[in-house]
Amino acid sequence: MSSPKELLYTKTHEWVKVEGDVATIGVTDHAQSELGDITYLELPDLGGEVNGGEPFGVVESVKAASDVYSPIDGEVLERNEDAIAAPDVVNSSPYEGAWLIKVKLANPAQVEALLTPEQYDELLESTGSH
Amino acid sequence: MTFNPHTDADRAEMLRAIGTETIADLFSPVPADVRFPTLDLLPQLTEMEAAARLTDLASKNLAGANGNTYLGAGSYHHYVPATVGQILSRGEFYTAYTPYQPEVAQGTLQVIYEFQSMVAALFEMDVANASMYDGATALAEAVLMAISTAKKRHKVVVAGTVHPAYREVIQTYSSGLAIEIVDLAIPTDGFATSVESITSQLDDQVACVVVQYPNFFGGIEDVAAIGEAAHAAGALLVVSTYPVPLGLLKSPGSLGADIVTAEGQALGVAQSFGGPYVGLLATRQSFVRLLPGRLAGVATDSEGKRGFVLTLQTREQHIRREKATSNICTNQGLMATAATVYMASVGPEGFREVANRCYQNAHYLQKQICAIPGFKLALDAPFFHEFVVETPQPAAEINARLLAAGIIGGYDLGKVDSALDHHMLICATELNDKTGIDRLIATLK
Repeated sequence: MSSPKELLYTKTHEWVKVEGDVATIGVTDHAQSELGDITYLELPDLGGEVNGGEPFGVVESVKAASDVYSPIDGEVLERNEDAIAAPDVVNSSPYEGAWLIKVKLANPAQVEALLTPEQYDELLESTGSH
Repeated sequence: MTFNPHTDADRAEMLRAIGTETIADLFSPVPADVRFPTLDLLPQLTEMEAAARLTDLASKNLAGANGNTYLGAGSYHHYVPATVGQILSRGEFYTAYTPYQPEVAQGTLQVIYEFQSMVAALFEMDVANASMYDGATALAEAVLMAISTAKKRHKVVVAGTVHPAYREVIQTYSSGLAIEIVDLAIPTDGFATSVESITSQLDDQVACVVVQYPNFFGGIEDVAAIGEAAHAAGALLVVSTYPVPLGLLKSPGSLGADIVTAEGQALGVAQSFGGPYVGLLATRQSFVRLLPGRLAGVATDSEGKRGFVLTLQTREQHIRREKATSNICTNQGLMATAATVYMASVGPEGFREVANRCYQNAHYLQKQICAIPGFKLALDAPFFHEFVVETPQPAAEINARLLAAGIIGGYDLGKVDSALDHHMLICATELNDKTGIDRLIATLK
């Protein structure tokens, strides 16, 4: 199964949807599969700052607590309260129901460094993930 | 599981497998001059001789027997029902280590779950953990929890009436971290922390306020008012308490505490010259993910039967690593079991009765002792079972006289501050009855 074509990706298994100067960030199907049943989400407050390459939150499962990284700089506009209330949506709908935060891009050029769906799928292939 | 010792044949086979002649050969990497040192030991004794020697040494101890001790200051002499020793000495409890395959140890987990439930009920808090090492480290960890939640605040205000040893432990645990501890001075005019002394320290940098209830000097402070002030300034209220007073006093939870810690020694654990003791730690549901230590939970198995588990393990350092709030990955299982058996044995009514007797005995003691010329009540606050008196001679001298009469006196506050050498922190529990107190008074006169 290939990764959705309308999204961009990171090496750390986040997906990004860019619409104008707003980026929506979540974790990929590969990430949710590796983590197992998601039990808890720790997300930043509205108005908070996220920085490219730094973790902005935590996705917790029964066996692990994994940092979620932002590939871009910006201000948190929205966070997914429904997902916080029912974190299992990360397992059932990683690309739609389980978007995590929406960020106002401080530096739109950073988007160019993101992986295309093909590049991300290649990354998964080459590291032996399926 | 049974203990299966090695046989000579086992040893020989293992040595053969690794290609070594003798077990002594395995120590060859250790330099010869320190490898097998001659130890300066007593000559070998028979069991009978060893027992006699140890009994002789033990007889030099003046233990708190027959209600002859008035020493508290954080460790208390209470009656321990026989049920505690009986259950504790079962091999399954006595020699078991903290479980690493927890679901196999259902009995262990059930006791922990019951312990947690009782502690949470006693404090009137949402969740308690499986225990910490002692009251001091539990308090230090509570401070770290508060700093964790507060993210942008790094000041901690510690009342001057918190146990001096606990204050030192807080300093130790926060050294190297970006935490500023505002350690208030002991209020020697009354030995009770005023609400104003706390509010004057509150600003938007304070993550939490730490108070003790009853305080180190025995006094009961206005914890609710201090808590309100702390909350108004956006800080958390951390309360270090003791279990027995809670048989009569309002719970820390009902007074607005966000995190509650305590030394649980008074619950069926012997004084043992300082340890092992057991730390209690409880908090509100909203902070449960920051709670360090083990947490037992109840669940149902695939057949729908009740079972116990260790839960929220992603808090712990073996999973969360450097992001965990603590590196503790154990609990004081045996002492927590003692506390559980104690509470179950005395029950809620018995618990209240123990507290009541402590209160009555201590207040009788206070009236009697302050009637002796030269002794004055120095504590300016209501108290439960401990209070401070000003003494006519140095407390140390008075204690020496008492010791000669086979009585252990109260704590010499000169050890906390030399300016307080004419102050004694004295305690009475349910074991210090009228007869004993009258004898103490007669000796003091």
